[in-house]
Amino acid sequence: MSSTKYILGCFDDPDLLMDGITKLQKNSVPIYDVYSPMPIHGIEDKLGVKESRLGYAAFCFGCLGATVIFSIVYYTLVHDWPMNIGGKPNFAIPNFVPFTFEWTILFTAFGMVLTFFFATHLFPGRAPRVMDLRATDDRFVIAISAKGNTPHDDITRLLKEAGAVEIKHNERKYVSYE
Amino acid sequence: MASHSEAIIREPLITGKNITYAQITNEVLRPVENKPNLAWWIGFGLASMGATMWLFCISWTFWFGIGEWGLNKTVGWAWDITGFVWWVGIGHAGTLISAVLLLFRQNWRNSINRSAEAMTIFAVVCAATYIFGHMGRPWLAYWTLPLPNQYGSLWVDWNSALMMDVFAISTYFSVSLVFWYTGLLPDIASIRDRATGLRRRIYSILSFGWSGSVKTWQRFETVSLILAGISTPLVLSVHTIVSFDFATSLEPGWHTTIFPPYFVAGAIFSGFAMVQTLLLIVRKVLGLENYITMFHIESMNKIILLTGSIVGVAYITEFFIAWYSGVEYEQYAFINRATGPYWWAYWSMMTCNVITPQLFWSKWVRTNIPFSWVLSIIVNIGMWFERFVIIVTSLHRDFLPSSWVMFYPTWVDVGIFVGSIGLFFTMFLLFLRVLPSVAMAEVKLLVKTASEQSKKKLLDGGHVDPDHAAYYKESLEKYDSVDLTQYQKA
Repeated sequence: MSSTKYILGCFDDPDLLMDGITKLQKNSVPIYDVYSPMPIHGIEDKLGVKESRLGYAAFCFGCLGATVIFSIVYYTLVHDWPMNIGGKPNFAIPNFVPFTFEWTILFTAFGMVLTFFFATHLFPGRAPRVMDLRATDDRFVIAISAKGNTPHDDITRLLKEAGAVEIKHNERKYVSYE
Repeated sequence: MASHSEAIIREPLITGKNITYAQITNEVLRPVENKPNLAWWIGFGLASMGATMWLFCISWTFWFGIGEWGLNKTVGWAWDITGFVWWVGIGHAGTLISAVLLLFRQNWRNSINRSAEAMTIFAVVCAATYIFGHMGRPWLAYWTLPLPNQYGSLWVDWNSALMMDVFAISTYFSVSLVFWYTGLLPDIASIRDRATGLRRRIYSILSFGWSGSVKTWQRFETVSLILAGISTPLVLSVHTIVSFDFATSLEPGWHTTIFPPYFVAGAIFSGFAMVQTLLLIVRKVLGLENYITMFHIESMNKIILLTGSIVGVAYITEFFIAWYSGVEYEQYAFINRATGPYWWAYWSMMTCNVITPQLFWSKWVRTNIPFSWVLSIIVNIGMWFERFVIIVTSLHRDFLPSSWVMFYPTWVDVGIFVGSIGLFFTMFLLFLRVLPSVAMAEVKLLVKTASEQSKKKLLDGGHVDPDHAAYYKESLEKYDSVDLTQYQKA
């Protein structure tokens, strides 16, 4: 039993990486994850990653923001301390619009981004879980768990055929902890 | 799939031979990973002197009160609000580039959005200093918030445009900051993975543990798109609300319904001019000619031309409506602007904002770097005068001729304004040193589709309509970063 934990196929071109994924999938090699320095369009469909639901979260936060500020303005201006300003109505909705609009945006932005950070486990000080240091520079990396049934040599051969410039057999999952 | 080539007739967004992903990282991070050069130190020295002057003058104001400014009973707003509106307007270009151009799928935004967004944030910081400065008692700034208080919970006045401004500017600043920082995460991770020691630790904390996995990128793109979608109406609302400060008053010259669109157009106009002022220098000093190309410069000049013309039409419309309204106070306010004691401010505004930008109709001017740079500065001067004209010229001749006065700035007024420019440049120069000035991840996206080399490959492949090829080659002539000799033989 080798001590390899993860096999990394490092590509220098996103199109070759996509070929690599096709090859691995044809041979039923499960892919752990893919790391890239830029988004690769179309990869989510290939890997079966479901569409993000952050848009729904954003919508809910927006509704919350609108409700909160509208309630505050209503409470202060109409309910708690109505003022007679030239006999004009207290509940002047047009004047509420700018506040409601701004806080809709504010809550949408912060709510959605914080949800994104929470769901993706991003926060200041989190130890970066990086498998290959060049994956944020110029390498497109397919990570394959070495615990699977496929012989390591076969995986290596498949990756090489697909055009990987480097294949790593890492004994540690993450290199960035050192 | 991941990449398919773009039509040949579109100009390349990245120039240079054999640009690789690694080269982009290296070139963009050069100023971040190395000691600054002399040009940076000279710039930083001058800027920080300005910032020091700002600190001195604003402290002087806080200590002695705003009586130290040139304001008087008639002219209650002058350089402070002029500076505020000027800076907020400048900030608008960053959001426009990052949000509106993203929604329109304008890929040329990719290499300029980062520095433009940084500019937005620093400009809004400068604008905020004027808000606090003009309050007189800045330690009571929290009175603008709807907090329960000892006066029997007498709440803030929600009917006031100034209150709307508090909400608009604070939302704009914080949402811009979030947008900018989220976009920075992948690039900070790139710095982190190349750094060692303490630098690595710092950038590691700042990177939030970014790994670049599929799901992270997918969500990142969703977040960027939605943030762009909400920032677009936000940026339009902010300057609209700034214009409410004037438009909802009963002051002749201010009380006009054209103000919101006219302010927004002016904001984009001045913002793009400031982006141009900064980036023309940055691309040269940091050697980013291959990423911020002549196409980018020309596109921005076209936007300056368009928005400048909108502003021009707005000035003329304002004048026409003043006459057409039949209101003699309104008519007087406008005649006084053009021919009164501040005629020079009005005509400076007209010249700088309406007349000189029309030079951009000429392609030669649009693609000439020194010319574009000078014109961008002229636009900035013109836009400062626009706000000065609107504010001071409308106020200085009151309804009562007995209270007619002139406004003269004191050294404190001038010091705060000039100093705030120093403050802005200090922040911008520090940004260039510690964070990548070009969004690397986004530029890398263009390498296989919209770069000169990918188009060269397409040309060499030979399956291109010869007319299109000729058109494309002709479009390359304006670039200062393209080696034309390699296209001669083909």
